Amino acid sequence: MPITVNDLSYQYTDAAHSTTALSHVTFTIEEGSFFAIAGHTGSGKTTLVQHLNGLIPCTEGTITVDGHSLADKKERSIARALVGMVFQYPEYQLFAETVFDDIAFGPKNLKLPENDVKERVLKSMELVGLDPEQFREKSPFELSGGEKRRAALAGVLAMQPKYLVLDEPMAGLDPIGRQSILALLERLRSEFGTTIIMISHSMEDIARHATMLLVLDHGQIAYLDRPEIVFEHAEELFRLGLSVPQATYLGMLLKQKGFDVPKSANNAEALARWLKEKIDHA
Amino acid sequence: MRDITLGQFIAGNSILHHCDPRTKIVIMIVYVAMIFLIKSIPVFLLPLAFLILSLLLSHIPVSYILRSLKPIRLLLIFMFVLNLFFTRGEKIIFDLGFWSLTWEAVMQSVFITIRIVLLVTGASMLTLTTSPIALTDGIERLLSPLKVFRFPSHELAMMMTIALRFIPTLIEESDKIMKAQMSRGADFESGNLLVRVKSMVPVLVPLFVSSFRKADELATAMESRCYHGGEGRTRLHSLQFTRLDLFAALLTAGFFAATLILYIVL
Ligand SMILES: Nc1ncnc2c1ncn2[C@@H]1O[C@H](COP(=O)(O)OP(=O)(O)OP(=O)(O)O)[C@@H](O)[C@H]1O
Ligand SMILES: [Mg+2]
Repeated sequence: MPITVNDLSYQYTDAAHSTTALSHVTFTIEEGSFFAIAGHTGSGKTTLVQHLNGLIPCTEGTITVDGHSLADKKERSIARALVGMVFQYPEYQLFAETVFDDIAFGPKNLKLPENDVKERVLKSMELVGLDPEQFREKSPFELSGGEKRRAALAGVLAMQPKYLVLDEPMAGLDPIGRQSILALLERLRSEFGTTIIMISHSMEDIARHATMLLVLDHGQIAYLDRPEIVFEHAEELFRLGLSVPQATYLGMLLKQKGFDVPKSANNAEALARWLKEKIDHA
Repeated sequence: MRDITLGQFIAGNSILHHCDPRTKIVIMIVYVAMIFLIKSIPVFLLPLAFLILSLLLSHIPVSYILRSLKPIRLLLIFMFVLNLFFTRGEKIIFDLGFWSLTWEAVMQSVFITIRIVLLVTGASMLTLTTSPIALTDGIERLLSPLKVFRFPSHELAMMMTIALRFIPTLIEESDKIMKAQMSRGADFESGNLLVRVKSMVPVLVPLFVSSFRKADELATAMESRCYHGGEGRTRLHSLQFTRLDLFAALLTAGFFAATLILYIVL
């Protein structure tokens, strides 16, 4: 069963004024998909994903997770267990004395028996690539930035969420760190059927991994489609302060120069193949 | 947590916003003195009139001022009840044997309540119309004569500015960390007091860690921009008294004189 968001609107009201962060957002996240969310800064991405596990209560509109409505308090706690949330810079929420205890925080809150907790912690450490022998007794504060990020990620994975939401999980990581996180997400998807919902500014990553792309603009949905179809609207995306993958951009430039680039050449490999053919022919 | 109005500032363009912070701080001190001089309830009309006048001049919505009382409502009720019970008096309204409600106790309770309300609303008027920077600037300048006695007035003011500046950041940060731990099943709302206090550990530890990190970063950033304390520092916006300040001072002096006269006469 999917996550459905129906006519969701949200305003932040503080002392002096109110900001509209989301207005009339409706979409569905299919089970097993890799759902990417993009948009200029302040477009409401974080606000949107924090609604998905009820951290921000729905004020207008409805959300259901596997049929559980987030409006109901009891249902919400079921939904919250289904949706894992990895915040931007998750390493800043580490708190326990050892990495093991920190990762065990979630499963312990689920009131699982000791053995299951241990099993889950070790499993998640293995998933994120932290060697349990080496790291389990270390303090989370003496890890490197990348290791902290992975420990925090493991803390969420240990909840074994069916839906995993990540708010810019790769921000501030080096290329290898980024690749290993993306590889982890793909592995979760294929091995456990986890649905991935990821906010990202990297159109390259989105083009390579996402099955659906939602583009937000000032709290409204600008595009909701398969990434390669969204990227056909390059001009509008530029106007919204976003970019397109380099291959798409190259294809666009070639088209402008009068080359007859086929629609199927919409990713790096296909475009390269088409270019090679062209060059071989010439 | 987001309705903490103390120390909150609303940018504006009113006469009160344009007053020199030093004037406003001194007026605040006089206002407090005025309230403590008063011995009978009707005289409170004077500071009340003063407060309403400044409220009108500041263009700040009344709801804001009232909101500043929200966090202290428990204190108000507590003080009221306490005074009702423990003030001795003659004029008995009714008697329960072990305890009797007296007319004096009622008056005393009302008196204390009015006093606290006037003090708190007055203080919020000051912070609502004065930006934290201006406020600390004013304090620094007012304390600067003490420099002769090696009193670190600049450092004190700088520390206050930074502390005030970081309140919203800390609130935001704790909000974020709480959300993150809630996503991992943390529950901050149920259980007895001990359980609840314990449940705050996963929030407080990261909060402290990030505060220390921020303090460290800020210190480095300030040093790398050659900050070295108050000596020889000049200002971009130096404070200047205007006619407005003179007018405000005269008005306050008038109110204070009236209170003083009533204090002596009554
Ligand atoms: N706690 C808050 N209080 C008031 N306004 C807020 C708050 N959080 C966000 N906003 C406002 O809501 C809007 C959407 O913010 P949001 O954080 O969802 O954007 P975002 O798309 O995640 O941006 P970014 O890419 O910079 O993370 C912005 O205009 C922001 O200023
Ligand atoms: Mg965000």
